[in-house]
Amino acid sequence: MPDVILRAEGLGYDGALALADLSVRAGEHIAVIGPNGAGKSTFLKLLAGLLTPSHGQVTLAGKPLKSFSRREIARQVAWLSQSDDVACEFLVSDYIALGRLPFQEMATPAEDKAAIRSAVKHCGVGSLITRVMGSLSGGERQRVMLARCLAQTPRILLLDEPTNHLDLAARSELLALLRTLPITILAVLHDLSLVPDFAARTVLLSDGHLTMDGLSQQVLFSTMFEETFRLKVHQITLDDGHASLLFRPETS
Amino acid sequence: MIQQISVCAAILMVVGLGILETVLGSASMSWGALNAGFWAGPHSHDIAARIIWSLRIPRFFLAFLTGATLAGAGALLQAATRNPLADPFLFGLSSGAATGAVAVIVLCGDLLGIWTAAVGASVGGLFATGALLLLIVFRRKKNLGVSTERVLLSGLAVSFFFSTLTNLLIFWGDRNTAQSVLFWTMGSFSGASWSALPIVGLGFLPVVLCGHTYRRELDALMAGEETAASLGINIQKLRLCVLALCAFGCAMTVALCGPIGFVGLIVPHLVRPVWGSSLKRNFMPAIVAGGMLTVMADILSRCVLPSQELPVGIVISAIGAAFLLVLLLRR
Repeated sequence: MPDVILRAEGLGYDGALALADLSVRAGEHIAVIGPNGAGKSTFLKLLAGLLTPSHGQVTLAGKPLKSFSRREIARQVAWLSQSDDVACEFLVSDYIALGRLPFQEMATPAEDKAAIRSAVKHCGVGSLITRVMGSLSGGERQRVMLARCLAQTPRILLLDEPTNHLDLAARSELLALLRTLPITILAVLHDLSLVPDFAARTVLLSDGHLTMDGLSQQVLFSTMFEETFRLKVHQITLDDGHASLLFRPETS
Repeated sequence: MIQQISVCAAILMVVGLGILETVLGSASMSWGALNAGFWAGPHSHDIAARIIWSLRIPRFFLAFLTGATLAGAGALLQAATRNPLADPFLFGLSSGAATGAVAVIVLCGDLLGIWTAAVGASVGGLFATGALLLLIVFRRKKNLGVSTERVLLSGLAVSFFFSTLTNLLIFWGDRNTAQSVLFWTMGSFSGASWSALPIVGLGFLPVVLCGHTYRRELDALMAGEETAASLGINIQKLRLCVLALCAFGCAMTVALCGPIGFVGLIVPHLVRPVWGSSLKRNFMPAIVAGGMLTVMADILSRCVLPSQELPVGIVISAIGAAFLLVLLLRR
């Protein structure tokens, strides 16, 4: 499959993840879900090359990830942690410019500038660049962090709980922004109600095993999902015609 | 705007401090004599000219470069370890350098002339770096965790170990050597001369180059280790480079002026409110501010007591202690 950009084959990491297989096509948006401790962050870090797998391998554009240097991976894969603990006095513009580090001594200043300008415009953070990181709200901070990732001009974006600590408005704003990005995105999402809006495909992890991989609707309404989360999913239709998901504990 | 004003103010202050450092001293001179001495040049036999050109001007450069090196090393170490308390002293780099210098002075005497202490200090500083790295590698191998707090505690252990060695060497040394070494350990710029400046310059250069080369990588590291790794940075290699270069830089200053504490700790904190947290912006201001702080402390050390010079280390420690107290009371 020539359009497979990222593939995990029998991927494992000590006790945290076992034999995970996944093929990601270019441009796909995939949600990674699972209960706490299921191995979602470990899975994402293995795909980003931040952890070395104890079993199996990751291939990026058909080549083993370990054949790339760290900098070469960073030119193709951007990774957003749950929360960067960047110092409060750090200027937003300086922080976003860090995204150009993998291209140091490769890209011209004009290319760097263009990539940063495009990332800033995409994330709508133009009004924030003169501020310091400590003065931003949770939503603004997350958008700035995303802009740093986009300044890397990546082919693949890996997001570890990007909606963490965000209020409802900021969550939908961020997801709306992610939906517009024409790149491959894998995002760990804790808020399950956001999954159908964000991704057509969902990967379910449980106890370090990749237990299901399919269309989001199929995964969310599967028995495996109910057993994993002990939740029942109900689809309700709102007055405006939009469908929304309601999750209720199995016992109630 | 505030930064442009700061640059102009810094230039004026450095020039002003240079003049004060040249004017003030145990030998009181009239403005006229000073003026005549300055314009007479370094080769004049006039006493005022000799004091100015052979003692006070090299002393200004020595004090400035020492402070600049220590402040630069402090800023780099704080970024590399993501710990605002990191400083060449807390990591044992200065203590190791002091042990090396004292060992050479006590055991070998004046073997390599003015470079004797420098060689001893650089070997000692690199030994301390090695000891710190060994501790970190050991903890990593045993899965004991290498958080910044643990690294800092490892540095403290190294620092205490080398301080003990220094004290033992002083204790075992003959009385005269012990006395001179004891004065040296309090920190002083009294050994300033034109021939000593290349040594401190040799220490200043790697610190500045390190800051210039790695400032963006270190900025990324301040955003988090995983973020830095995801940006293609080899964190272990970066930390090793910064530690080794800072150890060498500090060793050179220790060799000439003795161990001077607090500069590396407090100066980065002083510049951050104006220049921000990014090393890209605050590294050079930290260098200049560090130089200014030590020159100011040196001026104070020569003026605070009549006809007697106080070791500059004592003055800087007093400033550092006051700074920490203010910090504790404000935050």
